Amino acid sequence: MDLHAIQIPFHPFVLPFTIGLIFVAFYIIGKWIYWVSRFSWEDKKKIFVGLFSLKTPQAIWEVFMESLLHRKVFQRNTLLGYMHMSLAFGWFLLIIMGNLETRFFTHGRINPPYIPIFFEFFEHNLVSLDYGRFFTFTMDLLLLFVLSGVGLAYFKRFRSKPLGMKNTTKHSTIDRLALTALWLIFPLRLLAESVTAGLYDAGGFITNSIGAFMMTFLPLHNFYYASWWAYSFALGAFFVFVPFTRYMHIPTEILLIFLRKYGIAEKNIHSTYTQVELSSCSRCGICIDACQLGSDLGIVSTQSTYFIKSMRYDKPSEMLVDSCMACNRCDQVCPVGIDIASIRANERKMIQLFQENSYKYINGYEYRKAKVAYFAGCMGHLTPSVYKATLALFEKAGVDYNFIDRDGSICCGRPLQLTGQEDAAKQLIEKNIKLIENCGATVLVTSCPICAKVFTDSYKLKIPIYHHSQYLLKLAKESKLQFEKSDIQITYHDPCELGRGLGIYEEPRELLSLAGNLIESNNSRENSLCCGGSLGITNLTQEQRNTIASITLSELAVGKADVVATACPLCKKTFKSASEDIRIADISEIMLGAVQKSANKLISKEVNKSVIINN
Amino acid sequence: MNKIVAVIGGGVAGLETSIQLEKLGYKVNLYEKDSELGGHAGKWDRLFPNRRHATEVIDSLTSRIKDKVQINLVATVNQIKRENGSFLVEANGKSQKADAIVLTTGFELFPASKKEEYGYGIFDNVITSAELEKMFADHGKPQSTTGKTPEKIAIIHCVGSRDEKVNRPYCSKVCCVTAVKQAIEIKEAIPTAEVYCFYMDLRMFGPGYEDLYKEAQVKGVNFIRGRLSETSEMEGSRVLIKAEDTLSSKPLKMTVDMVVLMVGMSPLPSTEKILKDLELSPNNDGFVQVKDYHLEPTHTKAEGVFVAGACTGPNNITDSVNAAHSAALEVHKYLTSK
Repeated sequence: MDLHAIQIPFHPFVLPFTIGLIFVAFYIIGKWIYWVSRFSWEDKKKIFVGLFSLKTPQAIWEVFMESLLHRKVFQRNTLLGYMHMSLAFGWFLLIIMGNLETRFFTHGRINPPYIPIFFEFFEHNLVSLDYGRFFTFTMDLLLLFVLSGVGLAYFKRFRSKPLGMKNTTKHSTIDRLALTALWLIFPLRLLAESVTAGLYDAGGFITNSIGAFMMTFLPLHNFYYASWWAYSFALGAFFVFVPFTRYMHIPTEILLIFLRKYGIAEKNIHSTYTQVELSSCSRCGICIDACQLGSDLGIVSTQSTYFIKSMRYDKPSEMLVDSCMACNRCDQVCPVGIDIASIRANERKMIQLFQENSYKYINGYEYRKAKVAYFAGCMGHLTPSVYKATLALFEKAGVDYNFIDRDGSICCGRPLQLTGQEDAAKQLIEKNIKLIENCGATVLVTSCPICAKVFTDSYKLKIPIYHHSQYLLKLAKESKLQFEKSDIQITYHDPCELGRGLGIYEEPRELLSLAGNLIESNNSRENSLCCGGSLGITNLTQEQRNTIASITLSELAVGKADVVATACPLCKKTFKSASEDIRIADISEIMLGAVQKSANKLISKEVNKSVIINN
Repeated sequence: MNKIVAVIGGGVAGLETSIQLEKLGYKVNLYEKDSELGGHAGKWDRLFPNRRHATEVIDSLTSRIKDKVQINLVATVNQIKRENGSFLVEANGKSQKADAIVLTTGFELFPASKKEEYGYGIFDNVITSAELEKMFADHGKPQSTTGKTPEKIAIIHCVGSRDEKVNRPYCSKVCCVTAVKQAIEIKEAIPTAEVYCFYMDLRMFGPGYEDLYKEAQVKGVNFIRGRLSETSEMEGSRVLIKAEDTLSSKPLKMTVDMVVLMVGMSPLPSTEKILKDLELSPNNDGFVQVKDYHLEPTHTKAEGVFVAGACTGPNNITDSVNAAHSAALEVHKYLTSK
C-alpha cells in the first residue's frame, strides 16, 4: 500500500476506536465548557489573566511532572510510581512516537487518529523504509514499557504491599469493567502487532520475534483481522467508559492543574470547581493508608476516596461525611492535590443544627483590658498546668500580660466549624471579635492551636496572633528568657491544627531544642499522626479514641524519649487519658522546667558555697 | 496439717482471710508491701455509716491474728511460680512455698492528677477525700494550705468513677456515702461552713446510708446535680469552679476555699504483674477476674488461686470481710480435697 498516495486507507475495524474517541472527546470538551462557564466572574477573570502569564508554562510543566511522570507517587513508593508512570508516560510516548512515525512515513500528511494507532495494520513494510528500524524498535520498546506497568497493575490487584499500599480502593463494577478494558488494550496491541509481524515478517525486536514464534505453530492468518478488531474494541470500550468511571481523572486532572495554577480554589460552598476536583480523583486509594481510622481502628470504608466517589455520583451518607477526624493527613498524601478538607467541610455545612439565635444567652463575659492578651481557651482551661506554666514563663520574662479568659470565655468557634456548624460558629466568632478588640491588646497569645487556627483564618484581627510556642521562642530570642539545656530526650508531637493547619513546625522545635535533645519520630511534621482527640469527629467512642492515641504515642515513644512534648492542650489530654506510663507534657511545662533548673543550679551553687565556708 | 497459704495484701480482706485460715489450722504467710497492716482503711479517720473510728476495726483485726501467721511487712511480691502442684512466692529476694494463694491486693485511689481540669497537684486547695480524712485525723477539721479554716467547700463526686475519659467507666460504690459522711463531718467541725456536693446520682445502697444522706440535708449540706467541668485558681489560693446545675439546666460558677475530690477505686497496677505470673487476666475494668460472678466470687480460673476484697472491684469493708470468709472456706475445701 502506498501511503503517500492521495487515498487515506480505511478498514471497518477502526470504527469502535474512532466512535469511542469521538464520544469521549465531545464529552470532555462539553464538560470542561460547562464547568468553566459556571465559574464566578472573578474566577473567569483569573483564568483569562493567567492564560497569558508565566502560570501557563508552569502548569504545563506540572502536568508533565504529575500527570505523566507521577512525581508525587514516586516519592511515596518507587514501584508504585513506576507503575503509574509507565502507564501514563509510556502511553503518551506511544501516541507521540506513533504520530511522528506516521507523519514521517506519509511525508507530513495530517492523518485521521486511527492511522497512527493501527499503523502496523496499514503498513507492513516499515523496516525497509528509511529509519524504519529505528521506529519499529522504539515503538516496541515503548510498548514493553507500558506492558511492564500493566504487569505491575495486575500484580498489585493480588499483592499491593510491595507497591507500598496496605489497602487499595474497593472498586464498583463499572470501574472494574473499565479497568479490564484498559488492561486488555496493550496486550491486545501486542497480539495484533505480533500477528501482523509474523505474517509479514515486519515489526520490531519484540513483535517480530513473537510473531515468528507464533508462526511456527499457529495459523496466524486466521487471527489477523480478529486481533485488530479486538484491539480496536478494547480501546473504544475504554473511551466510552471514561466519563462514567474513575478514568475521567485522566483529562480532568489536567484541567485542575491549570485552574489551580490560575489561583482558583474551593470556596465556602460547593461549585463546579468542586466537580472538577471530584472528577480528578483517580481512586488510587493512597488516602486509605494515611487515615488512622483505617490503620488504627480497621474502618476502611469511609476514607476520602469513597467520600469523593459518592460526592461525584450522588449524595454521601451521613456516615461518610461524619467519619473523619479532620486531621488532613489525606490532603497531605493525595497525589492529585485535591482539597479534600474543604470539600468535606462544605459538605458538613449542609446540615445546620443551631438556630439563628442559639447563643443569645451569651453576654456575661468581658475580657479584661490588656497589652499582651493571653487566651487559654476551653482546652487550655481543661489543662491548667499548661497555662500555669506559660504564665509563669511570662512572669519570668517580665511580660505585661493579662489572662483575658481567666474567669471564663466563649468558645473560639473552631469545634463548630470542624463539624460544619458554620452559622453557629459565626455567632461565636462575632461575639469574640468584639470582646478581643475591646480588650485593647496589641498582641494575642493563645496556648490552643485550635483557637490559633480560627483566630488566624476567620477572625481578621488587626493584631498579631501567636501560639504560645512562637511567643516563648520570641521571648527567648529577645533574651528575656534564658534556658538551660539538659540531656533530656524529647520527642515533639505536631498537633494537627498547629502543623498541617497553620504550618507551624519549626518554632516549637527550635524552642524545645533550648531545653533538651530532640528526637524525631517516623511520622513528624506534615505526616504527623493525629492524637485521636479530634473535635472534628463525633462518632468515635472513647475506647476508639484511646486506641488511636495509644498507637500514636507508641510511634512517638519509639525513640526512647524521656518525654513526649506537644503544643496542644487537647493532644496532651488525649494522650494522658490513653497512657499511664509515658510522660507527656506541654512545651510550656518543659520550658518552665528548663528555666527552673538554671535557677535551682544557682541556688545549689550558693548552698555549696556556704557549705565550703562553713567547713 | 502443715499446709501453707500465701495471702498477698494486708488490708481488711487480707487480715480477715489470714484470721480465718489460721482458725482452720493453716500456716499463713501474709505479705504486705507497706510498713504497716490495715491497707487504705487503716489510713482513714472514721468509717461510714456509723462513723466509728477506723482504728477500732483495724485494731480488732490485727489483735485476732495469732502466731501461725507469718507477717511479712515491706514485702512486695515480685514473682509467683508454680512448682510440683504448689507455689513458690518470692518477695524481697526470699522464696517461700505455698499450697494455695489468696489475692487480697486491694486497690489504689484514683490518681486525681489524671483529671487535670480539676487542678489536683496544680492548685493548692484542691485535695482528695483521703487527704481530708488525714486532716480530720490530724486536726479534727479541714485546713487550707495557709492554715486557715475554709468557709466554703465543694465536694466533687465521681472523680475517676463513671468516667470513660479516664478509662474508669465503672461506679466505685463507696464515694457517694463517703462524700455525705465527710460533708456532715465538715458541718460538725465548722458549723458556719457552706458545703456543696456536686453529684451525678447519689447511690445510697447500704444500710444506714440513706439516713446519712438525710442527716446531711438537715445539717444544711447543699446538693447540686452536675459534674464539675473545670477549676482555676483565684486570688488568695481560692478555687473557681465551673459546673452545670443539670436540674435547673444552668451553667454555674462558684469560688470556694477548698475542693475535695471523691477519688474512686482503681485497679492496683502491681496486681497486674502477679496476674501475669498466674496466667490470669483482669476483667474489663482492670480488676481481678473472678471465676463466676454469682456462684464462685472468690475463685479465679487458676487452680489454687483465690481472691477476696477490693482487688476484684470496688468494695466496702463489709463486702471485703464477707469475701474473706468465703475465700478462706474455699481454700480449706481445696486443700482438704487435694
